[in-house]
Amino acid sequence: MAEIVSLAEAVAASIRDGDAVAMEGFTHLIPFAAGHEVIRQGRRDLTLIRMTPDVIYDQLIGAGCASQLIFSWGGNPGVGSLHRFRDAVENGWPAPLRLEEHSHAGMANRYVAGAAGVPFAVLRGYRGTGLEGLPGLDGQPSVRPITCPFTGETLTAVAALTPDVAVIHAQRADRAGNVQLWGITGVQKEAVLSARLAVVTVEEIVDELTPEPAGIVLPAWTVDYVAEVPGGAHPSYALGYYERDNDFYLAWDAISRERESFRRWLQTEVFAREPGALAGAAGAGAARAAAVRTGAAGAGAAGAGAAGAGAGEDGSGS
Amino acid sequence: MNAPRTAVTGEGAFTSDEMMTCCAARALRDGMTCFVGIGLPSAAANLARVTHAPGLVLIYESGTIGAKPGRLPLAIGDDVLAETADAIVSVPEIFNYWLQSGRIDVGFLGAAQLDRFGNINTTVIGADYADPKVRLPGAGGAPEIAASCREVIIVLRQTRRSFVERVDFITSVGYGDGPGHRERLGLTGAGPSKVITDLGVLEPDPDTRELTLTGLYPGVTTDEVRSRTGWDLAVSADPQPLAAPARAELAALHALQAATPGS
Repeated sequence: MAEIVSLAEAVAASIRDGDAVAMEGFTHLIPFAAGHEVIRQGRRDLTLIRMTPDVIYDQLIGAGCASQLIFSWGGNPGVGSLHRFRDAVENGWPAPLRLEEHSHAGMANRYVAGAAGVPFAVLRGYRGTGLEGLPGLDGQPSVRPITCPFTGETLTAVAALTPDVAVIHAQRADRAGNVQLWGITGVQKEAVLSARLAVVTVEEIVDELTPEPAGIVLPAWTVDYVAEVPGGAHPSYALGYYERDNDFYLAWDAISRERESFRRWLQTEVFAREPGALAGAAGAGAARAAAVRTGAAGAGAAGAGAAGAGAGEDGSGS
Repeated sequence: MNAPRTAVTGEGAFTSDEMMTCCAARALRDGMTCFVGIGLPSAAANLARVTHAPGLVLIYESGTIGAKPGRLPLAIGDDVLAETADAIVSVPEIFNYWLQSGRIDVGFLGAAQLDRFGNINTTVIGADYADPKVRLPGAGGAPEIAASCREVIIVLRQTRRSFVERVDFITSVGYGDGPGHRERLGLTGAGPSKVITDLGVLEPDPDTRELTLTGLYPGVTTDEVRSRTGWDLAVSADPQPLAAPARAELAALHALQAATPGS
């Protein structure tokens, strides 16, 4: 049953060094604030799992939190390379990063299998690609051909994902810890149901959840920790609360390109800040970050409930 | 990435990237269902939608079906896609129920490397996967888009570094090692129907499946295309001249770009 706690408590109670951790959110509702708290708490040797290890895992990898990555697409969407990810894979900095690499369809089905409690999922996929022959983290292939017992056709089996901890961000929870998210919901439901423990940060905690289009509810008994973190998905977006801070994604290319500029960013924007504070860019993203923090950004802001309810950070980002 | 070069200057000027985008947009017919990637494919698909193909159904792997963005999304799950979609489904559902089942007419893909049989690499540059020269983003949705869409259109700038004799890694299968290979693999879609570059259009030969130059942009010669191909390029008997972007196409493209972050 969900406990409502602070972000720092949620991360400290759930994530241990060496855990396999899935932070999901497909462009939308990416749990950045939780990722920053994992960095602040100095977790090491994590196996990070995520379909699109974009800027959030670039930050965790560069900060030295991870030794392994299970993924299907590692870029800064619409911008280019993930420089910290590339530095880890190409140069072993700050530590070597072992990879287990899949396609999106494969990763999505691996979460489905994990959520469904079966050891593998079946799909039409991977056939003829180099991905078929790659070893998984345990040295064995995590993609194998399988013969359909009904038709004899050759299909592809992918091993289930069963993370130690799933971390997601959602728009709302109620006081009992029932969690509601809507808009693009990616694989968050599957990630939560496939994991041993689930941590959810939310824009706001409300008395009653009201229905939303394309919405899903995760009952409180499927979630372990809920923390209220307004702006916790920034620089990604929370539909109905704030827009994507595209300037930050564009600025990240320069911030992350060199080790030294990344280290400076990590120091000023993550280590020097309180749990749940916004980590803005030193330039372009700063004004937007501050506006998100105070609830002033975005035409669809959900009103006073989301505004300034968190720790005493102004998120001015510089 | 090369800087976009100017193809034609003066009155009615356009860049080679604009030519490529317009050419890709023209390949889409009204009413098609189209699985779209971010970048040039998204620009082309949206250009088609706001010009000759208002009924084009755009599907993004974030789970947005029938998105009608007024600006070009920077990322595959942008709010502008969610807010304008006919339906939003989960990521497992978009891949399993919509793509794998054969409901998508055309998939639009980019590539870092491409070979003569339209096989795509977006994984690593360098012969050793475990110790790559360049670590690329990886597969994303591309392998199953390439396998399951009824046809695939590939869009990328043409250089000797990108058009190679052998791709360093097969991320997504085109025609594999030639005729019959897709069938042996059990891939349900027909494979690449066009490769649209900044010089012209290549199409697979119906018998050999080898990519063959069939169309040229204004001012581009066959020799120029050959010189920017890393294999001995097959050329059709009579490569067709492709029309320059019309004023209306360019105006629509510029309007989309002007509304786009980072433009």
